[in-house]
Order: sequence, then C-alpha cells, then structure tokens
Amino acid sequence: MEVLLFGIAKDIVGTSGIDLSKLEDTPNSVGELLQFMNDSYPEFNRLSSLAVAVNGEYASKEVPLKGSDEIALIPPVSGG
Amino acid sequence: MDKPIIEIVDRIDTERVYDELSDAASGGICVFVGTVRELTNNETVVSLSFEAYKTMAIKEMEKIAEEAAEKWPLNKLVMRHAVGEKKVKEAVVIVGVSTAHRSECFDACRFLIDTLKARVPIWKKEEFMNKSVWVSAHP
Repeated sequence: MEVLLFGIAKDIVGTSGIDLSKLEDTPNSVGELLQFMNDSYPEFNRLSSLAVAVNGEYASKEVPLKGSDEIALIPPVSGG
Repeated sequence: MDKPIIEIVDRIDTERVYDELSDAASGGICVFVGTVRELTNNETVVSLSFEAYKTMAIKEMEKIAEEAAEKWPLNKLVMRHAVGEKKVKEAVVIVGVSTAHRSECFDACRFLIDTLKARVPIWKKEEFMNKSVWVSAHP
C-alpha cells in the first residue's frame, strides 16, 4: 500500500511516497490512515486540514482501503 | 457545451484563450487570469512554485466544468493551470467561458476560479528571500 505525498505533506515526511504494506497494522480505512499519519508525524496535526484521495477522488473517513488503491494525502490546497 | 479544454501545463499562453473560447453562438467571453503578485503581507515574493497531483487535478477540474455546465448555459470552457516555478507577473491559472449573454458568463467564470481554488489538488509555495512557505497549509 503506497501513499502519495504532495506539497507540505511531502516536506513533513521527507519523501514523495511511503509504503505502508510492511506495517504490522496496515490501515483499513481512510480514518485509520489519517490516525496513523497524525500519530507518526505530529506535524500533520498542525495543518489547517488533511484529506485523503482514493483513486483520484476525495474520500471520507469510513471509505475502506485496498492494497491496489491509489491513495494520496491531500494537505490544504492552494492552487490559483 | 463543447468538450471543455482542461489542462495542467508548464507555461500558460494567454494569447490562445480568445481563439479557444470564440464561438458563433456566444455574445461574450469571460476570462480570469491568475498571476504572481509581488507582495504577500508586505514581504517580497521572489517566485511561486506550483505542484499538482496531476491525474486527480484533471479529474476534479472536469467535475467542476460539468457542475458549471449544469448551472449555466455554457458554449465553451477552458480551465488551465500551470506547474513549476513562476516569477512575478507570470500567469499561473486561466479559466474562461463563452455564453450567449454576459450575466451567466461572469457568474460561471467566477464559479470556475473559486471552486478550483477550493478543491483542485494543486499546491503553491511562496519563495521569499530567506524562507519558503506552503500557502494555506497552517491556520
């Protein structure tokens, strides 16, 4: 399970993607992934918002995660 | 509405948009061009760097275009955002529509840029002389 990182999320983790498949407890949902990221990298708690996209769509906390999904962390967007 | 033109590009050519939106059924074209401003809170910005989650950004812009077309009778639509480093005065985003009458033209154009800024996964970093800041990241 790879999680793509952009913007400040990339800076916080220090890489453009992390592989979570080797974790003992792989997150099963968007909510669990957010919890894992906030616990592992406390800097995320300081952001204005943190969303998750699954297969290119914003996903709410209850959405389940599969190993084959394209998963991305979406820190506060600032285009335009 | 014709198939919208939706792109993430390295450089925005503002000259092209008139031809792209020109349309016999339309009485007007509205375009918004976002550009790099020199000052943020009185500090001099050297440049802006834009990063996009490209595949999702395109998908999200397509959704916004569809939503606009449901709200207003649009003939043509362009949404184009730049990525990479941009200097002061350079164009970073361009959105526009052509419609039969001006009222829906202004409304749709404003909706496109406001919704793009709220939802499309693109990130802007302001580079100052002695620091750089991801815009809107922190409250």
